[in-house]
Amino acid sequence: MTTPFYVSPEQLMKDRADFARKGIGRGRSVVVVQYADGICFVAENQSQALHKISEIYDRIAFAAVGRYNEFENLRIAGVRLADLRGYSYDRRDVTGRGLANAYAQTLGTIFSSGGEKPYEVEIFVAEVADESADDQVYRLTYDGSVADEHGFAVMGGSTERSTSYLAEHYTEGLDQTAAIRLAVAALAHDSEPTREIAANQIEAAVLDRTRTLSRKFRRLPAQTVRAALASG
Amino acid sequence: MTAGDNGRLPGSYLVPGSSSFADFVAEQAPDLLPARRTPPPAGVEAPHGTTIVAATFDGGVVMAGDRRATMGNIIAQRDIEKVYPADEYSCVGIAGTAGLAVEMVRLFQTELEHYEKIEGIPLSLDGKANRLATLIRGNLGMAMQGLAVVPLFAGYDLRHEGGRIFSYDVTGGRYEEQAFYSVGSGSLFARGSLKKLYHESMPEDDCVTAVVQALYDAADDDSATGGLDLTRRIFPVVAIVTADGYRRVADADVAELADRIVASRMVRPDGPAASLT
Repeated sequence: MTTPFYVSPEQLMKDRADFARKGIGRGRSVVVVQYADGICFVAENQSQALHKISEIYDRIAFAAVGRYNEFENLRIAGVRLADLRGYSYDRRDVTGRGLANAYAQTLGTIFSSGGEKPYEVEIFVAEVADESADDQVYRLTYDGSVADEHGFAVMGGSTERSTSYLAEHYTEGLDQTAAIRLAVAALAHDSEPTREIAANQIEAAVLDRTRTLSRKFRRLPAQTVRAALASG
Repeated sequence: MTAGDNGRLPGSYLVPGSSSFADFVAEQAPDLLPARRTPPPAGVEAPHGTTIVAATFDGGVVMAGDRRATMGNIIAQRDIEKVYPADEYSCVGIAGTAGLAVEMVRLFQTELEHYEKIEGIPLSLDGKANRLATLIRGNLGMAMQGLAVVPLFAGYDLRHEGGRIFSYDVTGGRYEEQAFYSVGSGSLFARGSLKKLYHESMPEDDCVTAVVQALYDAADDDSATGGLDLTRRIFPVVAIVTADGYRRVADADVAELADRIVASRMVRPDGPAASLT
C-alpha cells in the first residue's frame, strides 16, 4: 500500500498562485489614471477587436489582463448582473462596489476550490462619481482579494517600473490629454531601455463625468490618442 | 437578480451564450418578463395611452406624443410621457395599456444596451425593429384580453443616412412606413392632418410644427387624446433623432411653438388650410 502524497495547504496555495501569476505576467499591462473629469484606462493591445477595456454600466467600467476567454466571461457576467439589477430595481442601484464584491467572491471561490483551475486574470472595476473625490477604482486579483486604488494603478506583466514611473510623475487634477500621455508613458517605461509604443497599439477609454448622457463610458478613437501623444 | 451562493456569480452568468437580455432574463428570472405572466380575465380596466405621431425629414426623424392617459371616460393622467429614447439613435412611442407599455419600453431599452455592451457594436436599425416585434409578440395573450401595446418605433439609420419609421400590430407584425405615421386612438385624425401638412422637403423645424399640429387635430376630434394644456402648461413630448443622436426638444421650445399654434387657431380653428390643387 502506498502512502498518499502529502502537500501542505500553504504549498498548494502557493503553487496555484504561481500558476496564475505566471499566466498574467505573460501579457501586456493596463494602466488606470484618475483625472479631473473622470477615470482614464489605457492598455497596450495589438487587437482592434478584442477589447481589454469595456463598459459595464452607466458609471462603471471594466479592464482586465490575463487570459482572454476567462476575463471575457467575467465581463459578460458583470454586464448581465448589472443589467438585471438595473432592470429589477433602478439604474442608480447598480454600484461598482456590488460588482467588485461579486467578482471577488467568484475569483476567490474558484481559486481555493480543488476542482477548478484558478483564473489567470486581474481586473479593474472603476466607478465614476459626480465629484472626483468619490471616484472608485478596485483592483481584483486571481485569488479574489480586492484593493482600493487611488490616483493611479497598473496591473499585468511587468508593473514595477510602470508603477514607480507613475508614482514619480502623477499629479491630481490632470486633464484628459495629460492623463492619456502619462498612462502611455508609464506603459512605455515597463522595461529598460524605454520602449516606443505606437498610437495604433493603444486601446484607451474613459469614464467621463462631464458627458450629458447617463452612460459615461467612451472609447477614445486612435486619432484622439495620437493627438494626445503628439501634444507632449 | 442578485449574485448567487456566497455572493459568487451564478455559473449560468459565466456561460457564453445569447447577447439578448430578454433571453437571459427568461432563463434567470422569468417572472420579470411581461410575456411570462398569466393574462387576466377580459375586462380589466387600466390606463391607456393614446396618440403618437412620427415624421421623417431630410436628416432625421421627429416623434411626438400627447400627454393624456385615459381609463374609460376618466382622464387617468394629464402629464404621462409616451415617447422615450430607445438608445442613442432611436426612439419609441407607445399607445395602448400604459403599464405594460412602459414596462416593455424599459425591457427594450435594456435589450438594446445589453446587446451593444456584450457585442461591442450596436444592433442595426432593422435589428432593433425586429427585436421590438418579438417583444410585442410575447404580449399577444394580454392583447387578447384587451391589454394591447402598440408602439411606434423610429430611428436614424446610420447606414442609409436617414430617418426611418416602423409600426406594429398586436401580433408583432412589423411594417416600415414612408414619410409619416401615427398610432393610437387619435391616429386617424393625426394622419389626415399630416396628409395635408407634410411634404418631403420640410426642414426639421417645420416637421416639428407639422407633428404638433397633427396632435392638435387629433385632440380636436378624439376625446382620449390630450390637447395643448395652456393653463397647466403641459405640452407634447417631442423627440428628434438625427446623425447626432437622440434629442428631446426643450419644454420651453415646445411651449413657444404651442403658443404660436394656439394663436393661429384663434383665427382659423381648423388649422392651416391646404391649397385645393
